[in-house]
Amino acid sequence: MNREFMLDGLPVAFTEGQTILQAARAAGRYIPSLCWHPDFPPHGSCKLCIVKANGRHVSACALPAREGMEVESDTPEINGERRALLQMLFVEGNHFCPSCEKSGNCQLQAQAYELEMTSARFDYLFPVRPVDASHPDILLDFNRCIFCELCVRASRDVDGKHIFALTERGIHKHLVVNAESGRLSDTDFAADDLAAHICPVGVILHKRVGFQRPIGQRDYDHEPISQVAMEESS
Amino acid sequence: MSAPEKTRVATASLAGCFGCHMSLLDIDEHLFELVEKVEFDRSPLTDIKHCGACEIGLIEGGVCNAENIHVLREFRQHCKILVAVGACAINGGLPAQRNYFKLDDCLRQVYQYRIGMTDAGIPDDPELPLLLERVHPIHEIVRVDYFLPGCPPSGEAIWSFLSDLLAGRTPRLPYSLMHFD
Amino acid sequence: MPDIERVVHAAAARYEHDATQLLQILIAVQDELGYLSPPALTAIATTLNIPRSRVQGVAGFYSFLYTEPVGRYRILFADNITDRMLGAPLLLDELCRKLWLERGKLSEDGLVSIDTTSCTGLCDQGPALLVNGRVVTRVDHRRINRIAELVRRQVPVEDWPAEFFHIDDNICRRDALLGTPFKPGSALIAAMRLGRNDWLQEMHKSKLRGRGGAGFTTAVKWTGCRDAPGQQKVIVCNAYEGEPGTFKDRVLLNSFADHVFEGMTLASWATGAQLGLVYLRGEYRYLWPALHEVLERRRAAGLLGKAILGTPGFDFDIQFHLGAGSYVCGEETALLESLEGKRGTPRIRPPFPVVRGYLGRPTVVNNVETLAKTCLIALQGGSAFAATGTRQSTGTKLLSVSGDCAAPGIYEYPFGVSIAKVLDDCGASDTQAVQVGGASGMMMATYEFHRSIACEDVPSAGAFMVFDSSRDPFEIAHNFVDFFVHESCGFCTPCRLGTTLLKGYMDKIARGYGAKVDLADIDWVNRLLKNASHCGLGTTAPNPVVDTLVKFRPAYERRMQSLDFEPAFDLDAELETARRLTGRADPAAYLNGNNEARP
Ligand SMILES: Cc1cc2nc3c(=O)[nH]c(=O)nc-3n(C[C@H](O)[C@H](O)[C@H](O)COP(=O)(O)O)c2cc1C
Ligand code: SF4
Ligand code: SF4
Ligand code: SF4
Ligand code: FES
Repeated sequence: MNREFMLDGLPVAFTEGQTILQAARAAGRYIPSLCWHPDFPPHGSCKLCIVKANGRHVSACALPAREGMEVESDTPEINGERRALLQMLFVEGNHFCPSCEKSGNCQLQAQAYELEMTSARFDYLFPVRPVDASHPDILLDFNRCIFCELCVRASRDVDGKHIFALTERGIHKHLVVNAESGRLSDTDFAADDLAAHICPVGVILHKRVGFQRPIGQRDYDHEPISQVAMEESS
Repeated sequence: MSAPEKTRVATASLAGCFGCHMSLLDIDEHLFELVEKVEFDRSPLTDIKHCGACEIGLIEGGVCNAENIHVLREFRQHCKILVAVGACAINGGLPAQRNYFKLDDCLRQVYQYRIGMTDAGIPDDPELPLLLERVHPIHEIVRVDYFLPGCPPSGEAIWSFLSDLLAGRTPRLPYSLMHFD
Repeated sequence: MPDIERVVHAAAARYEHDATQLLQILIAVQDELGYLSPPALTAIATTLNIPRSRVQGVAGFYSFLYTEPVGRYRILFADNITDRMLGAPLLLDELCRKLWLERGKLSEDGLVSIDTTSCTGLCDQGPALLVNGRVVTRVDHRRINRIAELVRRQVPVEDWPAEFFHIDDNICRRDALLGTPFKPGSALIAAMRLGRNDWLQEMHKSKLRGRGGAGFTTAVKWTGCRDAPGQQKVIVCNAYEGEPGTFKDRVLLNSFADHVFEGMTLASWATGAQLGLVYLRGEYRYLWPALHEVLERRRAAGLLGKAILGTPGFDFDIQFHLGAGSYVCGEETALLESLEGKRGTPRIRPPFPVVRGYLGRPTVVNNVETLAKTCLIALQGGSAFAATGTRQSTGTKLLSVSGDCAAPGIYEYPFGVSIAKVLDDCGASDTQAVQVGGASGMMMATYEFHRSIACEDVPSAGAFMVFDSSRDPFEIAHNFVDFFVHESCGFCTPCRLGTTLLKGYMDKIARGYGAKVDLADIDWVNRLLKNASHCGLGTTAPNPVVDTLVKFRPAYERRMQSLDFEPAFDLDAELETARRLTGRADPAAYLNGNNEARP
C-alpha cells in the first residue's frame, strides 16, 4: 500500500524504506543535494538536502519518509540556509570558475546559480592544496573538493580498488590516494573506473578533454540543476 | 519643469583586467538609456580623479595593493550602494592565484631570480603602490551591498542589474544571466 | 628498516590480524616506533591485508597518532579553560623557553615537542599535561623546572618522580552511589534472582536516565536491544569522557570499577549480550592496568566469563579499547566506528545502535555512571531508586566541580539540586557564571542560580565549571570555540566550516578588529551549526557563544573596533613584506596614520 507525506503542502507517495529525498524525486519533486547519488546509500555530509520535517531540521537524503510527515523544503528559510552551506563550501576551497574545466557542468556551481548565491559572503580560507598531475589520463585538482566521498565510495564499493580515502579531520580533512608516494600514478586507478566519472565538481578531471563543450552547450547553461536532475532520472 | 535628476555612478577597476568595464560598454543600445539616467563620477570613463557623493559605486577587481585600498575606501565612503562587479572583486579571481605563494617568494622570483633577468632588483619607486601579502576580494576590506558575478558579467547581466537598481528594485539576476565564468 | 616489519607483525599478531582492531594496532605500533611513518602505514596495510588508503585515513584522524616525526618527549598541555585559569599558558611558554623551542615545533635535536591538547579530565587538580601519554597533574613553576631538567638529562618518563603522576579522586560529597558500601557480585546476584524479565522491569520502574548527556531512558534502550533481531548483542561502556570539565567517570573507573563492570554484566543479563566493550579515552590509559586487575579478579570470582555465577547460558566478558584523542568518539555512533577500527565519523541515525550497532549487531551504549547506577537499582529495587531525585530525573548525579572554588572535586547529589547549593558547598564566592554540562552545555548567569540540575531543567553530563567575577566570559567562549574547531570530525559542511568560521570571528574580535556586523554573522553561523549539523558536536558547538552573547553581551561589545565593518586582519601589516623587500619607508608605504577616513 502506498503511503503519503506532505512536501511543501503537496502530497508525495512513498514506499516503506524510501527516504524523503528518494520519494520526492520519484514523484518528480526536486530537493537539492550534492553528496547523494541514486546508486549509493545516503552519505549525509553536504547537508544541502536539509528540510524541516514536522518542524525539525533533518537530512532529506538520509531520513526515511513517514506517513503524514509535514516536510518544508522550498522555502525562503531553508533555501537561505542552503545558500549559506554553499557559501561555506566556496570559501573552503579555491573555486575560480573561469579557469575550471568543470565550469558549466559542475553541480556545486549549478546549485549556487539556482540558489542565487552571488557571493561567498564569508572570508576566503585560500587553502594551499597542490594538484596531482602524475597520472597519464587523470588530473586531480584538490582545490575544489567538497568531500562528498563519491569517489571514495565508488572506488571502494564498485571498482573494488580503494583508490581514495579521507585523512586528518575537521577543517584539515583532505583526500589521499592509495599509494605510499601519495601520487595517483602509483595506484592502479584507470580512466574508465567509475570513480573517475563521479566527481560532482572539478577535482577528478580527464586530461585532454577540458573545455571541449562550448559555452551554451554545457549541462547547466540553460536549465537549472533542479530540471536537469529530474530529466536525468526520468 | 527641470529634467529629472540623474543618478551619480562611480566605477573603478582595482586588480582586474578592465573586462568588466568593457562589458559595461557592451550593453549596446542600452548605453543611450543609461546615460540618460546616470551621470558618471570618478571612473575610467571620465577624468574625475576623486570620488564625490554617489548613489552607486561599481568596483571591478580584487584588492592587491595599497592603492586599491585607498580607492576602495574612498568609494565606500562616498557611495551609498557599493557593488562588487565580476569574479575578481567577488573572490579575488586570477590575481588571487598568487595567494598560494608567499609574497616574498613571488617578488624574488619575478624580480631577482627570473632567468634572463638583467638589472635584477625589486622596484622601490615610491610611485608604485606596495603589494599586499595576499589578494583579497573586496568584501573582506569594506562592507559590500551587492555582488554581480561573472567573468566578466555579460553586458546583458550588467544592464539587468543596473536597471533593477535604478528603478529601485532589489537586483535579481534571472537564471540565464547567472554565471561565474 | 627491518625494525618496522618486526614491530608491525608483533602488533598485528597481538590483535589476531583483525582489521577491526586497526586503531589498537596503530597505537601499539606507534608505542614502539614513536610515530607512524609512511612505510609503517604501508606495512600495517600489507600485514592486515587492507588498503593503505584506509590505514592512512584512520591514522590521520586521531590527534594522538602522529604521521610526522615527533620528539622523544611529547609534552601536551591541557588547554581547557580551567587549565588556562590556573596559568597553563604561562607555564607552557616557560617550558618552551627553558627547552629552547617553539610551541608546536619539534626541537632541532628531535628530543622534545610541546603543544596543547583538549581537556584531559583533571580540572580538579590542574594544570595538567601529558608527557608521552602519561598525565602529570598540578603543574607549577617548580614542576616545570624539574620537567625541563628531566628532559634535558633524557631521563625516561618511567623514571620520573612518582608524585608527578599522582592523581586524587577528590570526592567531596557522597550520596547513594559513592556513599554505600558495595560487595562485588551482590547486585548481580539480586538481579539474577529476579530473572531476566523482572530485572528489566525493575529497570523500567527506576526510570533511570542516561548520564552521558542525552538523558535517554536506559530501560528503553535495553529493551530495544533485547528485542532487536540478531544474535551476538553487545554492551558498550562509553568511557570517553571528553566533555571539557568532566572527570567523574575517571573517579568511577579508578575507585568504583566493580560497579561499572557489574553494571555492564547487569545489562548483559537483561539483553542477552555476550560481548562487553569498554572504550577508554587515551588520556585515561594510566587506569588500564588496574582495570585489568579488576577484570581478572571478577573472572576468577565467576562474575565474568562462561556460565556466570554457575548459570548455564549466561556468558559475558569484557574487552578494552583505547581511544587516541578525539572528542567526537564519545558520540555513540562515532564511538562504534572507532571501535570497528575506522575514522570516528558519526553514522546516519536511524538505524540506531540498539538495532544496528557494533559490526551491525544490536548494541547498547551506556555511560560509565549510568552503568554504575544500575547496581543500586538491582540492590534497592527500581521503586526505591525512583523515589530519589526528581520525578523526571531519578537518582543521583555526579558533578565534576572545577574552576573558581575552594574545593574542586566530585560531588554526588540527588537530581534537582540547585546551582546555588552546589556553589555554596564547593566554597565558591563572587561567582559570575557557571558552565553546566561542559563546553556543549549551558552558561548560567547569577539570576539563574536558583535553577536545578536535572534533565528537565539544566541538564548536565557532569561538568560544573565555576567562574568568578575576575573572569572574562568572552575568553571562556573563545576557549570553547577553539575546542570545537579542534574536535570537529569534519564530516559535515555546517560543522567543519561553521566551527572554523566561528573561530575566525572570535579571533578577530579578540585581536581588536571586531565590528558590530560580525555579531550578525556569528548569529547566522550559529544558526547553521545548530540546524544543519550531522551530530551533537556541531549542534551544540555554538552554545557557549550563544549563551555569552545573550547573557554577557558587553564582553563582546567592549572589544568592538567599529559599529560598521572592519577587515579581519591588519591591512597595514600585510604591506610589511613588500616594505621590507623594497626598503621603502615613504608615507605611501603605510596605510595607517595618514588621516584617511575609514568607511
Ligand atoms: C560530541 C558528543 C560527545 C559525547 N561524549 C560522550 C562521552 O564522552 N561519554 C558519554 O558517556 N557520552 C557521550 N556522548 C553521548 C553519547 O552519544 C551517548 O548518548 C551516551 O553514551 C549514551 O549513554 P547514556 O544513555 O548512558 O547516557 C557524547 C555525545 C556527543 C554528541
Ligand atoms: S569545481 Fe565548480 S564551483 Fe569549483 S571552480 Fe570548478 S566550476 Fe567553479
Ligand atoms: S574528489 Fe570529488 S568525488 Fe571525491 S570527495 Fe572530492 S568532491 Fe567528492
Ligand atoms: S557535526 Fe561536526 S563532529 Fe558531528 S559529524 Fe558533523 S563535522 Fe563531524
Ligand atoms: S544530499 Fe543529503 S547530506 Fe548531502
